[in-house]
Amino acid sequence: MAFIRHNLVRIVNTISVLNTNFWRWFHQLASPPHVFALAGRVCPWFAGLAIIFLVAGTYGGLVLAPADYLQGDGFRIIYVHVPSAYLGMLAYMVMASSAAIGFIWRMKMAHGLAVSAAPLGAWFTVLALVTGGIWGKPMWGTYWQWADARLMSELMLLFLFLGYMVLRASFDDRDKADRISAILAVVGVINIPIIHYSVEWWSTLHQGPTIAKLDEPSITMDMLIPLLIMIIGFTAFFGWLLCKRLQGEILKRERQTRWVDGLIKGRTA
Amino acid sequence: MDIFILILLRDLRLSFRRWNELAMPLLFFIIIASLFPLASSPEISQLRDYGGAVIWISALLSSLLALDGLFRVDAQDGSMEQLILSPTPLGVIVLAKIIAHWIVSGVPLVIASPLLALSFYLPLEALPVFILAIALATPILSVLAAIGAALTVSLRGGGALIGLLMLPMMVPVLIFGTWATDAAVQGENPIGALLLLASLAILSISLGPLAAAGAVKVAME
Repeated sequence: MAFIRHNLVRIVNTISVLNTNFWRWFHQLASPPHVFALAGRVCPWFAGLAIIFLVAGTYGGLVLAPADYLQGDGFRIIYVHVPSAYLGMLAYMVMASSAAIGFIWRMKMAHGLAVSAAPLGAWFTVLALVTGGIWGKPMWGTYWQWADARLMSELMLLFLFLGYMVLRASFDDRDKADRISAILAVVGVINIPIIHYSVEWWSTLHQGPTIAKLDEPSITMDMLIPLLIMIIGFTAFFGWLLCKRLQGEILKRERQTRWVDGLIKGRTA
Repeated sequence: MDIFILILLRDLRLSFRRWNELAMPLLFFIIIASLFPLASSPEISQLRDYGGAVIWISALLSSLLALDGLFRVDAQDGSMEQLILSPTPLGVIVLAKIIAHWIVSGVPLVIASPLLALSFYLPLEALPVFILAIALATPILSVLAAIGAALTVSLRGGGALIGLLMLPMMVPVLIFGTWATDAAVQGENPIGALLLLASLAILSISLGPLAAAGAVKVAME
């Protein structure tokens, strides 16, 4: 009995230590100087990862991967297109989940992260649309194909990003802008799958026989590996930009505080 | 539950007193629809082709137009603050306001839509499905537009912004609605699209008022 009790006490102690550690860590995330420093420390890691993986992926995608038997070298644009389409989605998820955290726990830093993610996501979505169009010209014979579900659902995602940014910009009061745009982001996140699947069903309904649809052959390993490397590289690149933007956002929000003042004087002195 | 009925009746009474606002969505609906034959051609075969789409887009746009004042009037005269302070959850009150609004702006749309459909030469057999689809869709549109109105309640020029925020989210309604209409026109089975519309209606009515209430609460702080 004594043995069991002793062990139980140890387990409970460990849990409570972990628990206080977690909460300390969590509370530190509410402190702007701490988050600023944290983003600054994480930033070079993301930057290094991004550079290594993007260079390796580009080389692999443009040189090592074999040309497609049907699309020739034209298919190589997927090494930009697929990662940017994926990052558009990821950015929305980051934006919406940090906005929700900010709304629920009233964490200003989480709102800062949401604000920083929005324009990045919008640009990645634009990049996905543009590269999709460039790919579509030789493959479909047109830059823009209304009947394609993926293009349409990327377009709707772009509209959601733009709506979020415009709504934010309409408020003078930053706190209000944070919390109201958080609600929009969460409503959007519930809607994204509904929009996505409705558009997909719509396109299968309207698939006329005139639209030449290339059947999707399963991708080979030597094409897939550069793609995976590019996806990791793009994600690290996103993380890099996100850290930089978050730091900028924190400085903007905290510009009247003493620690920012000290930071600037320390840098310039 | 008492306050639910009270708010519902109050909002209904207020909107029946302002008959101009009551008529606006309906007029807008009919005017947009009647612009299409002018912009395209009035030939019967073409009207029949795009008639369903025209009516659906008109419904989307007119549902956005009318909701600008849904929360703003109450916010400006101070009654919204009292409603927030009441012990009833704000979501329930918002739901009552949305239902009242749907009765005065959605139901006229449902009643007018078969007339428009006939004027676009949609076949008579397709009308029951079409009316049912519009009747299922207008509550969803009202809820979505109410969320937009709640998000922009403290902004001066909120009206245009509601469209920008909410039209992308109305895409599923447009797709399922036109799908049901097309299926009915071509004599196919529309039940799938109708069920999807019904489930969207349930989803939006159960979650939408909470989002709108949250936004109103933040805006009134």
